[in-house]
Formats: sequence, structure tokens, C-alpha cells
Amino acid sequence: MMTRPIILSSDSINITRETDVVPFRSRVKEQAVKIGMSLVNQTKLITGASELVRNLLKYGKGGTVMIEIVSRGRETGIRLTFTDKGPGIPDISKAMTDGFTTGRSMGLGLPGTKRLMSEFDIKSEVGVGTTVTVIKWKNG
Amino acid sequence: MKNEAIKIFQKKKQNILEKWITAQLEVNGMNDDLITNDDLRIQSEELLYTLIDNLSDSNISNPEAHEFDPVVDILSSISISRAKQGYSPRETGNYIYSLKETLLQVLSEEIKDPATLYTQSMAINKLLDSFSTSTFETFIKGREDVIYRQTDEITQISTPVIRVWDGILALPIIGTLDSSRTQVVMESLLQEIIDTSSSIAILDISGVPAVDSLVAQHLIKTVSATRLMGAECIISGIRPEIAQTVVHLGIDLSSIITKSTLASALKTAFDMMALEVYKKKSVR
Repeated sequence: MMTRPIILSSDSINITRETDVVPFRSRVKEQAVKIGMSLVNQTKLITGASELVRNLLKYGKGGTVMIEIVSRGRETGIRLTFTDKGPGIPDISKAMTDGFTTGRSMGLGLPGTKRLMSEFDIKSEVGVGTTVTVIKWKNG
Repeated sequence: MKNEAIKIFQKKKQNILEKWITAQLEVNGMNDDLITNDDLRIQSEELLYTLIDNLSDSNISNPEAHEFDPVVDILSSISISRAKQGYSPRETGNYIYSLKETLLQVLSEEIKDPATLYTQSMAINKLLDSFSTSTFETFIKGREDVIYRQTDEITQISTPVIRVWDGILALPIIGTLDSSRTQVVMESLLQEIIDTSSSIAILDISGVPAVDSLVAQHLIKTVSATRLMGAECIISGIRPEIAQTVVHLGIDLSSIITKSTLASALKTAFDMMALEVYKKKSVR
């Protein structure tokens, strides 16, 4: 079990429509630039965030995202927490498989994001909702 | 018995109008460039007279009454036109607030009994507050209309199809590729392929900030559609960070010809069309 990161700043955004995606992404980017994240990691973070926020809209019918600057030991990074009150995911291991989709997409969103991020955690309960937490370290 | 306030208002109509206009000019230091004093007077007069003429004992405490529909209509049109002319919310707000102040002031001058003054003032206050709420609703709606129109315009102008060579089209994509945008891009590209009977299309994504799986899916769809039309599609402008991200995401773009710059895509297109570009031998 890893130690809990220290939260340096916190910000929360409501996502309800597709037009919320672009402002959300620029907010994430702003934070990433603030902590001096490299361009490649920035792009990975933003792309992963973009995948998850699309899931939030498509399957969760909207929700909230928490953007936090966190620090653990010598590392600084961005933590994003996506929370929705959607239908939930019945089989998480299946959802994490490349190419599995229930929505006619490429089925790369969840597994791909896991590869893009430093840390990835998903919790879901059918009928209650889904929470995805990801961390991208500045040099991770 | 006719309501005290209504009687006073009807009697002092002209007086109220003068006071109101003076108040408006004072508060705003009125923007002369946005509206002339004459226009302001006509506007104010219409609103005030409609309001006073429609006031009655039964509706003075009921802002929802049908008799006020014309008042709300006038207010809405004033506020929408102000939103489009670029008034600030404060200026628009002051318009209706200064009317309230003037009316209350007249009441306090005319009614001597404090209890009556209080009930009448409250009724007028409530009525005008409801009007100012609807003013703001329409003001914001007016602003939103402006935003929607601009959004449409941006979608239209941001997807130009450029003929870079005989038979070669280039389509620079700037900004985010969402479903509706892809539709516009695909339509204009396919139509242009027919119109110019081109055989190669270059999609340049230098201006796309992030390529996630949805964007990739849209790109693949566009390429497939182009191929169905018998043309070849090259994707250019893949930056290093985008390349790394796409690989990590696990998107397979190997079936598509991709290049890092528009220049190298153009070169590939020349090769495919068996064209060669030479430097002129003789220098003047």
C-alpha cells in the first residue's frame, strides 16, 4: 500500500454536455503547465482525461471531475477523479480489456488510459455509479 | 375603490417619464454612441405608458397577470436589442431599476400615510422586481444567441479544403474533432474530391491538441470514406507527443499513410502521382 499523496490544490468541474469537454481539457492543461509537466506527459494526461470525460458523458450521463495537484515524496503530479451516477460497470476486468466496448467505439478508452497514466484506479457498482481516479506524475 | 398608487401614476405620467429619463441619464452617464436621447425617450415612453395603462387593482400584486404581457414583450425586445448592441448588464439593469426608483419616489411624495405607502411600495417593488428578472432572462438569451451564431461561424470557417496541386487536396484541421465537426469535415472533403476530381487528400492534424480514441476513430472513418471514393488519404502533422500517446493508447493507424509534416505528405503525394519537382538549372 502506497502512502497517500498530499493535496496541494483542488478544483472541481461539472460535466453535463459535450461543450464542457474543451474547457475541462484546457483547465487540466493549465494545471499541468503550472507544475512544469513535460509536453509528452501533458499530452498523455490530456488525452487520457479526454477519454475518461467522454466515458463520463456517454455512459454516466455526466458527472463531476476533481482536478488536484498532488505530491508524494519527491513527485508532483495531477490527480483527476471522475465521478458519475450512471449505470455502473458489471464486469470491470472485461471493461479493461483492449477492444471490448458496449458502445460501438474502439474499446480502447479504459485500457488505453491506464497505459497513459502513472496510476489508475476504478471502482464501480451497478446501479450506483462509477469512480475513476488517475494520477499522472510530472516525470512519470 | 381604485388603488391609490395607480391613480397617482396615471395622474403624473408625464412627470414620471421626465424624472425617469433624467435618472437614467444621470446613472449611466449614458453611452451616447449606443443610443440617442430621442430613441431613449421613445423607448421609455412606450414602456412606461404601457405599464401604467395596464395596471389595475386586480393585477398590481400579481406580476404574472396577462395584462402585463405587452409590458414584458416591450422589455424583452429592449433587452435583447441591448444585448446585441453590446450594452453591459449593469446598464441594462439600471434601465429598469431607475424606473423602480422613480416610481417609488413619486409614491413617497404623494402618499402621506405610512401604512398605505408601505403596502403600495411593496406591491410596486415586487412587480418591478419580477420585470427586471425577465429583463435579465432575455438579456442573457440575447447574449447566448450571439455565442451560438459565432460557434456556427467558427465551425464553418475552420474547415477549409485547399487545392494544393492539380488532384491534391489539403485539409488543415484546427481545434477539437468532435462528431459534428467530423461530419462537416467529411462532407466538405468528399464533395471537394468530386468537384475537383482529385485523387489524393491530405488531412493535416497539426492544429489538433490531442488525439484520443474518439478522434482517431473519426479520422479512420474519414480515411475509409475517402478510399471508397477512389481517392487516397494521407494524415500529416503528427507531432512526437501525439505519436507517443497514440501508441500508448493502443490505436492502430498502421493501415493509414501518416507523415509528420505537410511537406513530406505533399512529397509522398507527388511520388504517388509520379510527379517530380526540380530546382531550375539556370540562375538568371
